[in-house]
Amino acid sequence: MKMDVNLGGTPIREEDIKEKKVLYTEWIPKARYAWDAGVAIGRFLEELKNGRIIGTECQRCRRIMVPPRLFCELCYTPVNRWTYLGDRGRVRTFCMSRVRWDASRVEEPFFPSVIELDGGKKGTALFHVIRGVDLEHMKVGLRVKAVWKAPEERIGAITDIEYFIPE
Amino acid sequence: MRKVAIVGAGMTKFVRRALETPIELAYEAAKMALDSCGLTLKDIECVVLGSAVDAFDGVCMKGEYLSGGAGAWGKPFMRHSVGGGTGVFSCIHGWMHVASGMFDLCLVVAEEKMSCCQPHPQGAFLTVYDSILERPLGLNLLWVVAQEMNHYMITNGLKSEDVALVSVKNKRNALDHPAAMLGADITVEDVVNSEIISWPVHRLDISATSDGAAAIVLASERLAERITDKPVWIAGVGYNLDTWYWTSRDLSYPVYVEKAARMAYEMAGIREPQKEIHIVEPYDPFSFKELQNLEALLLADRGKAAQLTADGVTARDGNMPVCPSGGLLGVGNPISAAALMKVCEIFWQLRGEAGKRQVPGNPKVGLAQAWGDMMQTGTVVILKV
Repeated sequence: MKMDVNLGGTPIREEDIKEKKVLYTEWIPKARYAWDAGVAIGRFLEELKNGRIIGTECQRCRRIMVPPRLFCELCYTPVNRWTYLGDRGRVRTFCMSRVRWDASRVEEPFFPSVIELDGGKKGTALFHVIRGVDLEHMKVGLRVKAVWKAPEERIGAITDIEYFIPE
Repeated sequence: MRKVAIVGAGMTKFVRRALETPIELAYEAAKMALDSCGLTLKDIECVVLGSAVDAFDGVCMKGEYLSGGAGAWGKPFMRHSVGGGTGVFSCIHGWMHVASGMFDLCLVVAEEKMSCCQPHPQGAFLTVYDSILERPLGLNLLWVVAQEMNHYMITNGLKSEDVALVSVKNKRNALDHPAAMLGADITVEDVVNSEIISWPVHRLDISATSDGAAAIVLASERLAERITDKPVWIAGVGYNLDTWYWTSRDLSYPVYVEKAARMAYEMAGIREPQKEIHIVEPYDPFSFKELQNLEALLLADRGKAAQLTADGVTARDGNMPVCPSGGLLGVGNPISAAALMKVCEIFWQLRGEAGKRQVPGNPKVGLAQAWGDMMQTGTVVILKV
């Protein structure tokens, strides 16, 4: 490694920017998107509005998929058996987060988790956030249940489930 | 397929925020790689470019944007992107161009300038998650990896202290790397007492977002030995992709990394990896990832990588040095460039050119690995002298 050469890459500091010692241009994108939920997720969201969680079962490999798909990616065959799952389940894994999506810090930590829903089969699991518990009492295998928004407030979105809490 | 060798390598310093533009960083690394083997851009027949997530630099079609810095104008050019796996895949992508017989000399460049994204590059990860079911919950890479770390630790009965040893080792190794931004002499206590970001992930369990670039030059057998008397041969490559639905993966064990490793071992004719691989640069953006990846690479028994670390086996002077560069935890993590840096490190180590970082014992076979896409891809290269 001939690293006695002058390596490129000049570090600059926050102060260099604040004191305008380096020049830069800012841009705040205002891109807007409207994502169609599609056939399978569309039905999933409709059911969330009804306070229910629905998945699909592959008749070949027998796994139940949440969120539902119209085809099994592994068997590569169409899937048309719809099945309701419980809005309760057990924690497969979790973390206790002190950061939001943009790495800004929160006052009260919460628990992003993978939840194995009752009635699932062959690895069925949903991502959501668990609240109302502390690190000492949070465990893999903990039983949890969904806290739904009031029916008139539901819009057919994953946030119709506000979060999960211990049973 | 034809034999392919790495004949030159280069990189920039890895820094939290660089004065240089992404294009300038790409140029600096590529020029250093060319100079290192006495070639000029005129000699290069094709250019391959790796860059992970366009949202960091804030430029869509980043391949075209960077192409001038990467020396691609007037030449066949291809850009690829497999998230964190990109840097090692860059080497594989370049290998394809030369092994196929289409080209004799290929310049491979990887660049990432994460600092462009304000106020913190972590926010850019939101753009890679499911738009309907995950973004509304504010899903964050730290949350996913912390859940994976927890699952790995519980499955294998590990404590934070066991995992923290990786950060201690890699940051110390990086003190000897002239391009490193995170070299430090710290203790296990420093790691487990650092801020909890997303338990069990502490601040010092994570690499930092960074700016930087790296590059290598690939040559066919016909030219390699004319360019250098120390070509480093690409003996095996492997890559594999698991499901996009991360909740249905086994988060304790990255089976896709094992599949990628088996593909590379088979190509390289390696039957007993633990005996035949001398040095390793596994992907270490988080401390536990080095351990989990070593196991999936079959270089440690399941659940035993932490013990190897505690026993000093993975130290620079151990039986199987792991991340002698300092890794992402020590050198820094400009995503695609960080993983290509790992390939550069194996190249320098096998040539005996790693300076203060040189591992003893004249290693002959090394492996570099990265992990990426939606935390579902394994990319592996095996290098030999």
